Amino acid sequence: MNVQAKPWFGGVRFNVVFGIAVVGFMFAVALVGPWFAPADPLAINIRARLATPGGDYLLGADEFGRDVLSRLIAGARTSVVIALVTVAIAVALGTIFGVLAGYRRGWTDRCLMIVNDSMLAFPGLLLALGIMAVFGASRDGIIIALGLAYAPVVVRVVRGTVLSLREQEFIEASRVIGNPEWLTMLRHVLPNCLAPLLVVATMMFGWVILSESALSFLGLGVPPPAPSWGNMLSTARPYINQAPQLIVFPGLCISITLLGVNMLGDAIRDWLDPKMERAA
Amino acid sequence: MGRFLLSRLLSAIPTVVIVTLMVFVLMRAIPGDPAALMLGDLAEPEQVAAMRAKMGHDQPLPMQYLLWIGDVLRGDFGHSIVNQEPILPLILTRFSVSATIVFAAVILAALVAVPAGMIAAWRQNRASDVAIVTAATLSLSIPSFWLGLMLLLVFGLWLNWLPIVGFVPVTREFWAGTVYLIMPVATLVLVESGSIARMARASTIEVARLDYITHARAKGLSERQVMWRHAFRNAFAPTWTLIGLILGSLLANIAVIETVFTIPGLGRLLIDSIYARDYPVVQGCLLFIALIYVAVNLLVDCVYPLLDPRVTA
Repeated sequence: MNVQAKPWFGGVRFNVVFGIAVVGFMFAVALVGPWFAPADPLAINIRARLATPGGDYLLGADEFGRDVLSRLIAGARTSVVIALVTVAIAVALGTIFGVLAGYRRGWTDRCLMIVNDSMLAFPGLLLALGIMAVFGASRDGIIIALGLAYAPVVVRVVRGTVLSLREQEFIEASRVIGNPEWLTMLRHVLPNCLAPLLVVATMMFGWVILSESALSFLGLGVPPPAPSWGNMLSTARPYINQAPQLIVFPGLCISITLLGVNMLGDAIRDWLDPKMERAA
Repeated sequence: MGRFLLSRLLSAIPTVVIVTLMVFVLMRAIPGDPAALMLGDLAEPEQVAAMRAKMGHDQPLPMQYLLWIGDVLRGDFGHSIVNQEPILPLILTRFSVSATIVFAAVILAALVAVPAGMIAAWRQNRASDVAIVTAATLSLSIPSFWLGLMLLLVFGLWLNWLPIVGFVPVTREFWAGTVYLIMPVATLVLVESGSIARMARASTIEVARLDYITHARAKGLSERQVMWRHAFRNAFAPTWTLIGLILGSLLANIAVIETVFTIPGLGRLLIDSIYARDYPVVQGCLLFIALIYVAVNLLVDCVYPLLDPRVTA
């Protein structure tokens, strides 16, 4: 099917290398970065207010004189933790309901899909905004809100895979030799869902980082003083004239991370499933 | 065709019901009594009870939902707690601002990105393709709020070409209004072109592989004729769906870009009401935006068969 499998100028390989490097670096920073951070991300020093990069403050200091580099490192941890937990929740919920809908079919499937499609019909960030409006901005709130908002995407993917699997011979064979349904699902259906799940989870990791920083930018995400890249941009906005570097660095962090995640996502998708839709 | 439209319209009904239920449940999940909240700390218990009765909050929950839906269907979204203004006219005024930005951005993005994606597909694996794909992936990875702030920094503060704060509706003064829209629209065009171009490229490549294109070439048609007369319509249909999805999601997420450029649109109304704890307005905004989103997706689906010659359901 795939006639022109020529990689463009070895570009495919560059995708993989860049993606793995960026995502790996991001995880490393999130994991051990705070031990190497030059300062406490919350330590205030009014004398160093809006300090320019260089000297004691490698990337400058913010409006309270807090070290920007240390805050960026702490922000990386915030983003990674939120993204990992959110994706885990969405994947867990989505897999349970997706397998249920795809395997049971009939009324279970129909009812689940009506609810699922309606949740998909509710824009993700808007749902998160609504939930944050009700319960107030908090880190756990973001995780729950985005986890609920993205789970329906996983349901769709898993259900589609299960539907295409359940008619195949090896599933029938498992049923014929007398395996109970749950064992067939666990041993034969679920492992075959892993590839599409991995693709969705990688893309979702990027969406969550973007949504979390957007929510924090709106003041409805990670509440200050805890640093996140989004709320750093939000608090830096009034100082755009005096200290433009405060806007440049957090945005660069988000963009480079997303670029890495997107490239890795593309690479994983091309590798696992060249026919999968090239969705945004 | 008629049956397809009818079934699509019918399938939207449970969606709309569940979306309204979600907004209703969300708003009832707010801790505390809305009636007490509206009257403030000094209200007597009798006043609060009277307010609850007036708002219908002394009824059982399903009844409250039906009362609310009844009001919404009559075009009554209630009144703001903060300034007693009726909510629907407020939402519509703000929505016209947001819609102007989003429509301008989506049309421009489609005009830029669809040809770019098709050119990339036609020149697959050559330099222009690599350049377009790289630019598209970059644009996909830059958050709109950051790009907006950077444009503000460069064109507003350093070059002084464009105003950094303030807003005039285009309906009042066209040119003055347009000036304020340049940066927000440009930001959205730059950010959204990436995914449209990638989609246009992918679906063109898919179509270009098919036998009827080889046949068209074999007939001796020029590349340009093959591309525009034969490939374009088939390749454009999936891209159209994506453009529709982007239109909907931009309307839903407009708060972000309006915050960057301090534009008094619907998104800003929602965020400001959340901060002001003006819950009737929050409820109205959530409902309005969610319904617009459903309507846009429905419209996109209904137009799809017109664009894709293969679907003649």
